[in-house]
Amino acid sequence: MSRKLDAKIPAGPLAEKWDTHRFEMKLVNPANKRKFSVIVVGSGLAGASAAASLSELGYQVSCFCFQDSPRRAHSIAAQGGINAAKNYRNDGDSVQRLFYDTIKGGDFRAREANVYRLAQVSVDIIDQCVAQGVPFAREYGGLLANRSFGGAQVSRTFYARGQTGQQLLLGAYQALEKEIARGGVTMYSRHEMLELVVVDGKARGIIVRDMLTGELESHAADAVILATGGYGNVFYLSTNAKGCNVTATWRAHKKGAAFANPCFTQIHPTCIPVSGDHQSKLTLMSESLRNDGRVWVPKKREDCGKDPSQIPEADRDYYLERKYPSFGNLSPRDIASRAAKEACDDGRGVGPGGRGVYLDFADAIQRLGRKAIEERYGNLFEMYQRITDEDPYTRPMRIYPAVHYTMGGLWVDYNLMSTIPGLHVLGEANFSDHGANRLGASALMQGLADGYFVIPYTLGDYLATTKLEKVTTDHPEFVAAKAAVEERTKKLLSVNGTRTVDSFHRELGKIMWDKCGMARDAKGLQEALQEIPKLREEFWRNVKVLGSAEGLNQSLEKAGRVADFLEFAELMCLDALQREESCGGHFRTEYQTEDGEAKRDDERFAYVAAWEYAGEGKPPILNKEPLTFENVHLSTRSYK
Amino acid sequence: MSASLHATGKGMNLTLHVWRQAGPGAAGRIVDYAAPDISPDMSFLEMLDVVNERLIAQGEEPIAFDHDCREGICGSCGLMINGSAHGPMKLTTACQLHMRSFKDGDDIWIEPWRAKAFPVIKDLVVDRGAFDRIIQAGGYISAPTGTPQDANALPIPKADADLAMDNAACIGCGACVAACPNASASLFTAAKITHLGSLPQGQPERDRRALAMVAQMDEEGFGGCTLHGECQEACPKGISIDAIMQMNRDFVRASATAVQAKEWSGAA
Repeated sequence: MSRKLDAKIPAGPLAEKWDTHRFEMKLVNPANKRKFSVIVVGSGLAGASAAASLSELGYQVSCFCFQDSPRRAHSIAAQGGINAAKNYRNDGDSVQRLFYDTIKGGDFRAREANVYRLAQVSVDIIDQCVAQGVPFAREYGGLLANRSFGGAQVSRTFYARGQTGQQLLLGAYQALEKEIARGGVTMYSRHEMLELVVVDGKARGIIVRDMLTGELESHAADAVILATGGYGNVFYLSTNAKGCNVTATWRAHKKGAAFANPCFTQIHPTCIPVSGDHQSKLTLMSESLRNDGRVWVPKKREDCGKDPSQIPEADRDYYLERKYPSFGNLSPRDIASRAAKEACDDGRGVGPGGRGVYLDFADAIQRLGRKAIEERYGNLFEMYQRITDEDPYTRPMRIYPAVHYTMGGLWVDYNLMSTIPGLHVLGEANFSDHGANRLGASALMQGLADGYFVIPYTLGDYLATTKLEKVTTDHPEFVAAKAAVEERTKKLLSVNGTRTVDSFHRELGKIMWDKCGMARDAKGLQEALQEIPKLREEFWRNVKVLGSAEGLNQSLEKAGRVADFLEFAELMCLDALQREESCGGHFRTEYQTEDGEAKRDDERFAYVAAWEYAGEGKPPILNKEPLTFENVHLSTRSYK
Repeated sequence: MSASLHATGKGMNLTLHVWRQAGPGAAGRIVDYAAPDISPDMSFLEMLDVVNERLIAQGEEPIAFDHDCREGICGSCGLMINGSAHGPMKLTTACQLHMRSFKDGDDIWIEPWRAKAFPVIKDLVVDRGAFDRIIQAGGYISAPTGTPQDANALPIPKADADLAMDNAACIGCGACVAACPNASASLFTAAKITHLGSLPQGQPERDRRALAMVAQMDEEGFGGCTLHGECQEACPKGISIDAIMQMNRDFVRASATAVQAKEWSGAA
C-alpha cells in the first residue's frame, strides 16, 4: 500500500507561487506567538538561523546541539561561498538563471517550485548577512566582490576569504546568542537527540541525552524542527566533521517520516587524497580553487611517478578542458569527480596508491602573480601544505574526490514539513532543493533560505491552522520513547564483545564506498545488501563499548550513531538499486552513454523516491512523488 | 592496522604523558602510555585515535578529547601539547598538527586547557561555555531577520572589511586563554569587538558592546590582560594583539561617554 505524497505546491505561475502562498498562509497573532513552543535540533546555518528568527518573532524556542557550543556546527567548515542572484556583475544573472542552473545542476531531479523560491530569497540572504556584520570580501570601491563556481557561467558567488561558512555561521550564531540573552531561546549544548516523540500523529517532542551527565531528558513542544545535517559519514571517510550523523533523521524516519532519495550523495572532486590506514577524515579544498587551478594527469602511465615539473606540457592531459571545453575546470562536481576516477582507473593517477590528480596553479601564478593567488586562496594553500608537507605554490596540488554532501534527506513538502505533521526539516537534512547533484555554494544558500526566510512563514501557518492539545512529558508516548532509548543504551553497553565501534564504522564505510560510492551497479549493490545486515548482526553481538551510561562517554555516543548508520546504509543501497538510471551524483555503470556520461531515464524515474518505514525486519515501502516540469525543458545535461 | 604502518618503515615510537581525570570533581593525574609505530603522516588527533583503539582493546577507557571538523575551523579541539597550546607549530590547531613535527623516541605531554573559567569535564575536555556567554553579552549586531537594505547600498572600504575579517577569523578554541599566564580572555573578546567595531553596521551598539562584553569577561573569572602577548603567539588564526588595544580604547571611550551621559542627565 503506497501513500500519496502531497507536496502542497501552490497554484499559479512559478514566479508568483511564493508571494501568493505567503499571502494565503495564516498568521499567528503577535501576542499569541509566545504561547507556542518550538524545538530546533541542530545549530548550523539552518538550525541557528531558524532558532534566532523564530525567537525574534516571539515563539518560545529550545535549541539543541551535540557540540559544546552552537558555533561549532559543521556549516562552519564550508569554504568557498554562497550563491545569490544579485547580478552585481551585470553578467546576465537573474533569479530565473539561478533557478535554471540549480535545476539543471541537479540533473532534473528537484522540485521546480522549491528551487525557484530558493533563487528568489537568495538575494535577501546577502542583505541580511551584511546587516549582521558578515565580513564578505569587497572590492577597493567598497562594494561586494564575487567569484565563479562550478556549473555556472556567471559570477554570483559571495565569499569571505576561504571561510565563508564560518562567517555566515558566526552571523547566525551571534543572532542566536542575542536571542538566548534576551530569553527567547533556551540553548542545550552537548545534548544529543536520540528519539522523536509523536503524539496523536503529530511531532510533539524529543528525547535527548545530556552528554555530560548521561541523563535522558524529555522535551515537549508544539512543533519540532530538525536541522541536523547530512549522512555523509555513512562512508566513514568523508569531509564531514567526525560528529556528523544520521541519528536524528533516522529516528524520525522510524517514527514515520519518509526518507527521500537517500542514494543521492555528492562526491566532491577537490579533496586531499587518503594518506594511510589511520585516515580519520578527508579534507576538502574549496571548489573555488578550480577558478584558477588547472586539473591534469600525465598522458602516459609511465610518467605518473615522475616529479610533475619534469612532465612537459605536451605530455599532460588537461582532461576537463579537453572533454568539456565550455565549462572546462568549472564542470559540475559529479562530472569532475567521475572524470578523476576514470583517469585513475586508467592507471594515470598520481601520488600514493595512484588515487590522485593534479590541480595546478602555475599558469594562474604567472598570469596574476603570487600575491593575487595568496589573497584568494592563502588559507587553503596553507592547509594543504600542513597536511601533505608539499608547497602548492611550487608544486601542483594532488586532489581526489571524497564524499562531501548528501542531497537526499527527509522528504518535505513545499512548507518544509515532513510526512509527520509538525515535524519540519531544514538544510542538508531535507531532500528538497538539489535534486541529484548540488552546485557549489548552494548549500549555504539553502540552509539560510530555509532558516531565515521560509520556516518563519510556514511554521506560523502550521501553528495557526492545527489544533494542538496540550501535551506534557509524562504522556505515555514520552515515557515509551524514553524507555526505548534506555533499553538501546543498556544493550550497547552490555554486548562487551571484541571489536571497537570505529572498526565497524570503517568496515561499513568501505562497503559503501566500494559499492554505493562514485559508481554503482546492481551486482555490487546486491552484494552490499547482503553484507550490511551481516555486519549489523555482528555489531550487536561483538561490539565493545566501555564505560557507563552516566557521564561523558564518547564511545557510547559513537556506538549509537554507528548503529543507526548500519540500518540506514541498507536503505541507501536499496534506493540506489531501484533507481535504474544515472543522474547527477548517482551513477549506475549500466546506464551510461557511449562517451561515459550519465544516462537519465525521465520516462521511468522522474520522481522522488520517498521511503516509508514499515517496521522492524520488514522491507521499507517505496512511495513516489512524480516530478513535473512546467517551466524548464528536460534536456540532457551538457557542459561540453 | 599496525602491520601496514610497519610496512611503510616510518613508524615512530613515542611516549605519551596524558592528563586523565574521571569527572569534573575528580582528582586528575598524568598517566603514561606507549605509542609505538606512529606514522609521521598522521594528524595529532589520529595518533590519539590509534592510542584509544589500543586502549579499548585492552579494556581501558579511551582518552576523552573534544574534536569535530578536524580541519582547523570548528575550534573544538584544544590541547596543551608539551606546554604549548595546540602544540609546537605556529598558526595550527591540534587537529592540523601532524606527527612529522615529532621524532622517534619523543616524550609528549598532553594536558587540557588550564583556566579557572574553563573547568575540566573529563580528561582533556573542558567547559568553554564562558565564551558563549561573552558573545551573549553583546557580541552581535542587532539586525533581526527581515529585508534590510540592499547589501551594496552600504559600501565598506576594503581595508575596514579586511580588518573585520582578520578578527572575525577567531574560532573560539580558547588557546589564547590557555596560553596566557593570567588566563585572560582578552584576545577572544577583543577580536569580536574589533570585528564588529570595524564595520559601519557595528557602530550604533559599539559602546554598549565594549562595556558589556568586558564586564562579562570579568564576571566569568578570566584574568586581566598584562600584555604578555602569549595569546597572539598561540592563536591558530593569527589574530593580532592590536585587537586588545582597540578593545581598551573602545572600553575607555565608552566608559567616559557613560560617565558624561550620567553627568548630563544629573545636571538636567
